Amino acid sequence: MYTLTGLKLKNPTILAAGVLGTTGASLCRVAREGGAGAVVTKSIGPAPKTGHPNPSMVKLDCGFLNAMGLPNPSHPSFLQELEIAKKDSGVPVIASIFGGSPAEFKEVAEGLLPGKPDAFELNVSCPHAEGYGAAVGSNPCLVEAITAVVKDAVNVPVWVKLTPNVSDITCIGNAAESGGADAVVAINTLKGMAIDIDSGYPVLGNRSGGLSGKAVKPVAVKCIYDLYTALEIPVIGVGGVSSWQDAIEMMMAGAAAVQVGSAVYDRLDIFSEISTGIEAFLRKKGYSDVKELIGLAHEMV
Amino acid sequence: MLPLNATIVRINEESPSIRTFFFDFQFETMKPGQFVMVWVRGVDEVPMGLSSKNSITVQKVGEATSKLFELKEGDSFGLRGPFGNGFSLPLKGEKTLVIAGGVGAAPLIPYAEAARNAGSEVHTVLGARSAGDLIFEKRFSEAGNIYISTDDGSKGTKGFVTDVLNGLSLSVYDRIAVCGPEIMMVSVFRLLEDKKILEKSEFSLHRYFKCGIGVCGACCIDKSGLRVCRDGPVFSGLQLLDSELGKYMRDASGRRVKI
Repeated sequence: MYTLTGLKLKNPTILAAGVLGTTGASLCRVAREGGAGAVVTKSIGPAPKTGHPNPSMVKLDCGFLNAMGLPNPSHPSFLQELEIAKKDSGVPVIASIFGGSPAEFKEVAEGLLPGKPDAFELNVSCPHAEGYGAAVGSNPCLVEAITAVVKDAVNVPVWVKLTPNVSDITCIGNAAESGGADAVVAINTLKGMAIDIDSGYPVLGNRSGGLSGKAVKPVAVKCIYDLYTALEIPVIGVGGVSSWQDAIEMMMAGAAAVQVGSAVYDRLDIFSEISTGIEAFLRKKGYSDVKELIGLAHEMV
Repeated sequence: MLPLNATIVRINEESPSIRTFFFDFQFETMKPGQFVMVWVRGVDEVPMGLSSKNSITVQKVGEATSKLFELKEGDSFGLRGPFGNGFSLPLKGEKTLVIAGGVGAAPLIPYAEAARNAGSEVHTVLGARSAGDLIFEKRFSEAGNIYISTDDGSKGTKGFVTDVLNGLSLSVYDRIAVCGPEIMMVSVFRLLEDKKILEKSEFSLHRYFKCGIGVCGACCIDKSGLRVCRDGPVFSGLQLLDSELGKYMRDASGRRVKI
């Protein structure tokens, strides 16, 4: 067992928000068949949203580009999905939420509380939804206020997911910590765009979106490295993890656990594969605990 | 994979609301039942079953398909795919029953042809609202026996495909492939369940897709959590036991909408 902000995880791999998290049944499948140590839901907001027009996600040679546009059924409709995930997944379920203001975040968090999520993850980092996500998450004062309001409203851990699309991510991380966050999650996708040269049209329905997958891993590693130095609270690493080696690299940068998103494209049981790989690495290298890896790179000078 | 540029080389009017668009390259590895994401630039991208290696067959139902219907030969659209799993092909000597309703015949016609080419005896039950809405009647007839039903009785049996099925000895078939409106598919599902031959059947489901590549989770079905775009769109009858089939589907926001 592995403890993260008080949650008990069977392994340090977590399903990232926005991936296979629209339904309770899907979250259960990722936990049971996929082997995830915990799962984060699709980001849920105050009102139903259909998201951006398609294409909403395309595979590139170096990763994935997406602009879903925060589609979600709103908190009252999502409650039944959360309840299914809580009942049948067998792992901690973290509710990802978004809003345009501290009051909206509070409303959504309180709306989902009856579903008994094990923690909340605040999406202040989606790069392509006007008025939401990174639009609030690049303002440290707003991040602190939102974190504080949700912390006050709930009695479970609150994680804050950060955008890398800022000049200094530690400044936003500090704001989350000041607001009372129990952990930060880094990073959300990097702003990106692709253009269809046959027609000249941007490929994504929203014209631009966020880059995930292999291409963003070095960016994520650097952000995690810096946040580990700047903050007291745990940093949960996410961004381009698709193997146990990637996960260990992120842990050495300072990640207390890793989230996996786009890599479910390759295989659903990527979580089992990564956690098995980490265990084998620990044995081979003679580490007694995964904690010995966390932040190791900072000591290697 | 970024969308490929597909130029329309020919358009067939199959019915007043259904057209086949042939494009300028072939998906050589395509398995019958697989789909492509069709990008009508500046509008939307929607999933469509391949009706051959180089065609999609489309019913005009919404914004993207209406825009598609404005395109002429020489115009182009974007294509990603082929995606999904496709129907299982029969072995030589097996008997195959194809059950197609409306535009659901689109992914089944290449299947009927591939099944015949594999040495299977193919029977098709083709249903539509009226005689003018029947599509691929000639191609299905060339693949084997055909039974027709129309809601208004303008051709074949008056009623639904299930009215034809009630008159057939279903136990003689080794494989049963189904695609059509969900209300039709769930009627067929219940009939096959009653006759205890669900394990021989495969159904192609239609759900709202976003990514189309199995990552976002918008098209997952209850209670299995299987992704229609990646684990499907073709599911065995047994996989659909205790499922949402015929009960509800989720809209673009993820809300459940009753069928």
